[in-house]
Amino acid sequence: MENWKENRVVFWVTALPGIFWLTVFFLIPLALIWGMSFGEKTSIVDIEITGTFANYARAFKEVYLLIIWKSIWISAIACALCLAIAYPIAFGICFSPPRWRPLLLLLIILPFWINLLIRTYALIAVFRTRGTLNYFLEWLWNLAFMDKLIGPYEPLELLYNNGAVIVGMVYVFMPFMVLPLYATIERLDRSYLEASLDLGASQWTTFWKVTVPLTMPGIVSGVILVFIPMLGMFLVPDLLGGTNAIMIGNVITDQFKAANDWPFGAALSFLLMYVTFLALALRAFIGSRSRGRVGV
Amino acid sequence: MKPIVSIQNVTKRYPGVIAVDNVSFDIMPNEFFALLGPSGCGKTTLLRMIAGLETGGEGGILIDGQNMAGVAANKRPVNMVFQSYAVFPHMTVRDNVAYGLKVTGTPASEIGPRVEEALQMVQMGPMADRKPDQLSGGQRQRVALARALVKRPKVLLLDEPLSALDAKLREHMQLELARLQQAIGITFIIVTHDQDEALSMADRIAVMEKGQVKQIAGPEELYEKPKSRFVADFIGKINLIDAEVSGAAKSGLNCSAKGLGNVTVPHDGKASGKVSLAVRPEKLDLLAKAPTSKTNISVRGEIRDVAYYGDVSNVFVSCPDGLELQVNVQNDRAVDGLLEKGKSVWLSWHPEDTLVLTQ
Repeated sequence: MENWKENRVVFWVTALPGIFWLTVFFLIPLALIWGMSFGEKTSIVDIEITGTFANYARAFKEVYLLIIWKSIWISAIACALCLAIAYPIAFGICFSPPRWRPLLLLLIILPFWINLLIRTYALIAVFRTRGTLNYFLEWLWNLAFMDKLIGPYEPLELLYNNGAVIVGMVYVFMPFMVLPLYATIERLDRSYLEASLDLGASQWTTFWKVTVPLTMPGIVSGVILVFIPMLGMFLVPDLLGGTNAIMIGNVITDQFKAANDWPFGAALSFLLMYVTFLALALRAFIGSRSRGRVGV
Repeated sequence: MKPIVSIQNVTKRYPGVIAVDNVSFDIMPNEFFALLGPSGCGKTTLLRMIAGLETGGEGGILIDGQNMAGVAANKRPVNMVFQSYAVFPHMTVRDNVAYGLKVTGTPASEIGPRVEEALQMVQMGPMADRKPDQLSGGQRQRVALARALVKRPKVLLLDEPLSALDAKLREHMQLELARLQQAIGITFIIVTHDQDEALSMADRIAVMEKGQVKQIAGPEELYEKPKSRFVADFIGKINLIDAEVSGAAKSGLNCSAKGLGNVTVPHDGKASGKVSLAVRPEKLDLLAKAPTSKTNISVRGEIRDVAYYGDVSNVFVSCPDGLELQVNVQNDRAVDGLLEKGKSVWLSWHPEDTLVLTQ
């Protein structure tokens, strides 16, 4: 491939649509929101950009900081669960017979073909007090004669708490974790694993000392791909978490809609972005320090 | 002497194909043993079965008298040098070599000296702190070698260890491997498709084809006394001449051979019907005039092609009846002006240099 400097015309012709798109639909709106975060409401519809930091000062109040912190740890737990579930799946697909792989990957991607809203409502049908899961548990309960021994089955309160939000987010973001992991594990040379076994390592040691370090790039991109959208997620907490499990995404949506306070919503949005940037910078920093050892 | 590795009726089937077909042989301690054959002949599968990386075969594999059935790869007293070397890219050279000792719980005080010793053995001491991506192919191979040898295995398995190196380095490493094997006195089993490699390094060679062992012998015997057309053709260059046995002669056979007419060749076994007469190109003499010897087998032909290799030339000669023979000649004064396309020449050789191949 030629350097773009040697073929400017081709470069600009191919890059221009993308640059135009990014500028008009990403950079300009982003700049508008950024400006708005330093503004004040002057009437129901008018906003004046006065350069005030009042919105940020308000965002640093304890109640909002707590919600941001909660969003971070809920996302972190959901992300870790996602990784723990997706890794064996990706591994299984990579080690399945080659003719099965497209089908198995399709099964992973299949949920994308159904609208997120519908899938989330379906989860409500599964988890609610008189939902599928509780019926199933009741059936097991009665099957084990627990109703005779202890008493009738008490349905579990599975919805409208942090647990429901975590389960919902793990479900929604699973494919984003499986696909990058699959791509890395697929490329992993099997002879590294065989060499480790041949040198006397157990399967367990081989996994932690060879497989995980060598698939670290996939783990990192999967975590980034999943953690960041989780941080800003509002649909799943809204439907599955109810009022008990508000995340920062819900607060921001409320500012733009119900509260009609765009400047404050903008400030919160940018605060969330800064947190994300901080996380990415941290990862780049750790990555550059460990490159000497781990070779990410 | 007790064999260090004993292969007993080993068979390995894949769906629709038998990779290893009822193979049995013994390998002696301190032997440099080669499994030689074209790709797909089952040699790598057999090696991986010895290492325990290929499971589900039939028959028995004994290492130092111990039956290896049900013994996992990480519990076998053998180590392997992989074709791709499989040097861990996320570890330094030293960590790579130390890996096999660390994961098996060798005391730290013992690991250090043993790793240094292994690195010295393959002359990689000065590069111990480098990462594999800073090494050349030959250096990576030394690391793979040190990593296996540091475990002090009873048998070292090498899967096409030199195939990724360029010709010059390969020749150098052939010598070095042979020297290393003699110095440390471990049994080496090497898999290769390169007959030069097998001939120059191994004490004994098993030639495999389609999952079966065709012949096991030392390099010289394999070259001079191949038992079948396949082995004769696979090891070095050879002329195979179709012939039909017409009767027994005093200490030999009378044959009617394509292009040669009636010839008498020595043979100590029995043979009848269709056979192949085999003669190596370097046993043939290329002459400008009819040979004077009455006992030699000789034939007249025309030079069709000359392949020039510097020290020698490989000359292809068209003989009567569509017989094609190749002959190796030294490029000295004796052949001045003779090696030209279309030139009419005589080929001649001693009957004792002719082998009768029945299979």
